[in-house]
Amino acid sequence: MNPKLSNRVAITVLYVIASTIVVILAALLGYIIISGLPALSWHFLTSPARAFTSGGGIGIQLFNSFYLLILTMLISFPIALGAGIYLNEYAKQNWVTSLVRTAIEILSSLPSVVVGLFGFLIFVVQFGFGFSILSGAFALTFFNLPLLTRSIEEALAAVPDEQREGGLALGLSKWETVLHIIVPAALPTILTGVILSAGRIFGEAAALIFTAGQSAPALNFTDWNPFNIASPLNPMRPAETLAVHIWKINSEGIMPDAKAISSGSSAVLVISVLAFNLLARFVGHRLFKRLTAG
Amino acid sequence: MNNNLQKQLLKRSKAAKLERLGKTVSFLALMLITLTVFAIIIFVASKGLSTFFTNHVNWIDFLTGKNWNPNVTNAKGQPEVGALPMISGSFVVTILSALLATPFAIGTAIFMNEISPHRGAKLLQPVIELLVGIPSVVYGFIGLTVVVPAVRSVFGGSGFGILAGTFVLFVMILPTVTSMSVDALRSVPRYYREAALALGATQWQTIYKVVLRAATPGMLTAIVFGMARAFGEALAVQMVIGNAALMPTSLVSPASTLTSVLTTGIGNTVMGSLQNNALWSLALVLLVMSLIFNLVIRMIGRKGAMSK
Repeated sequence: MNPKLSNRVAITVLYVIASTIVVILAALLGYIIISGLPALSWHFLTSPARAFTSGGGIGIQLFNSFYLLILTMLISFPIALGAGIYLNEYAKQNWVTSLVRTAIEILSSLPSVVVGLFGFLIFVVQFGFGFSILSGAFALTFFNLPLLTRSIEEALAAVPDEQREGGLALGLSKWETVLHIIVPAALPTILTGVILSAGRIFGEAAALIFTAGQSAPALNFTDWNPFNIASPLNPMRPAETLAVHIWKINSEGIMPDAKAISSGSSAVLVISVLAFNLLARFVGHRLFKRLTAG
Repeated sequence: MNNNLQKQLLKRSKAAKLERLGKTVSFLALMLITLTVFAIIIFVASKGLSTFFTNHVNWIDFLTGKNWNPNVTNAKGQPEVGALPMISGSFVVTILSALLATPFAIGTAIFMNEISPHRGAKLLQPVIELLVGIPSVVYGFIGLTVVVPAVRSVFGGSGFGILAGTFVLFVMILPTVTSMSVDALRSVPRYYREAALALGATQWQTIYKVVLRAATPGMLTAIVFGMARAFGEALAVQMVIGNAALMPTSLVSPASTLTSVLTTGIGNTVMGSLQNNALWSLALVLLVMSLIFNLVIRMIGRKGAMSK
């Protein structure tokens, strides 16, 4: 085959491969949305699940997913911010830093089942939290920390050094420079990272089945005292999330409309993740504009 | 008066105190993450090793035994905890899905970076990002409702098995491998391409003989990374693989992986019992494999850096 012909063949093949991927995504999204949309209704989104009869909803699971997401972020964001600041602003090039970086890399590549099992061992069994939102939030924190730390570190590293020099030249201490100049300058990027990781947390299930549990007890949505067992805010109650719910009804669900419910739940999950993605872009862009007057 | 001034000058200022506090707090946050990693390794290892030290199961029997039935004791009076079916199941789905995903991922990466950068950035980049974002249970559910019936009608059998698992993992690791391959291609300097084209090479010759060679370490890292993800993926695989702890004999018969046995088994066993310890040993195998994948990625990185 002469070079010109093989060039043309190769490029055609590459076009085919690239279009295949687009088709795969289109088919996936199309299937999820088309099979899920008929199941969606206000009733479906708000009513509790039913174990044996059809007509159940995903209200409690949806609430649990969001509550768990917020708790996880409340725990993991300060830790990741601190770690990211230290890694980017203070850490010297020595063996401690490289050990820490290795540890973060290992944590980010650990299978989420292993993280979930560790959470089960420590929080559910050892600390006696039982299957609870709190155990789930801690397990998801471990799952979330490495990526969030890395994205915060990258956001901080992207701030030009002139900003640091400017802060120091004004007589600010290093910490004050970081707190009042660098972090605000990196805020749009940090926020984008946070929202993207929120999407990941929202869809995670493997780390949760043994920490937040696989049951969703009935909640009383008029009781907002976090110490009452039926209160939605109680962090010690078991809480099946939407992702876990999909897994659960597909492996052992016995309600007659299990498939419709999983289609609907999958659609809700995917639409939420899409919304997180769009929000991340929008917020980052918007905030950047406001903060830089650009 | 003089004394007072001296005191004032020698005392740490408020800013210096704050500096110290901030540095300490952020350092502690970092240490917390590091300690967590060590804690995970130590706890999983201590639980996983108790099968061998407390229950006196021979570790070679564990890794090479073909029968997984922890409730039953075999002729030697030892419990039947042979993990080979799960270990080979995990490896087979991992390798097959990586083999399937690699040409697609690298092809797409080349397309995005070399052939049509504009369409790459406008169309394929968002596609890849969306594919990354789809939760694994959704992949599992689609596998269950689309892939399994398709495999059943084409190849016969129940449809559950390694082939269905491979297809699901293929789509799951595709975006990861693709986006990392794009990074690898992007790091090849522009003048490499210009030099090749100036020598009269066609676009494909430039890609194949120059750009791909230069990006090989990065591509390998991408593939190993994808394999690590496939190996550790739990729910999506568990939903389509059939969950039979048998040695995989065909691609369409039910099998199991380390992760699938863990997700289905841990909740049904009592902490501290042999059945439970054996599952923790599987988790330990999973952890060790994840560390090995990490090590391989580092070694590739080091080698790539040296040859530059």
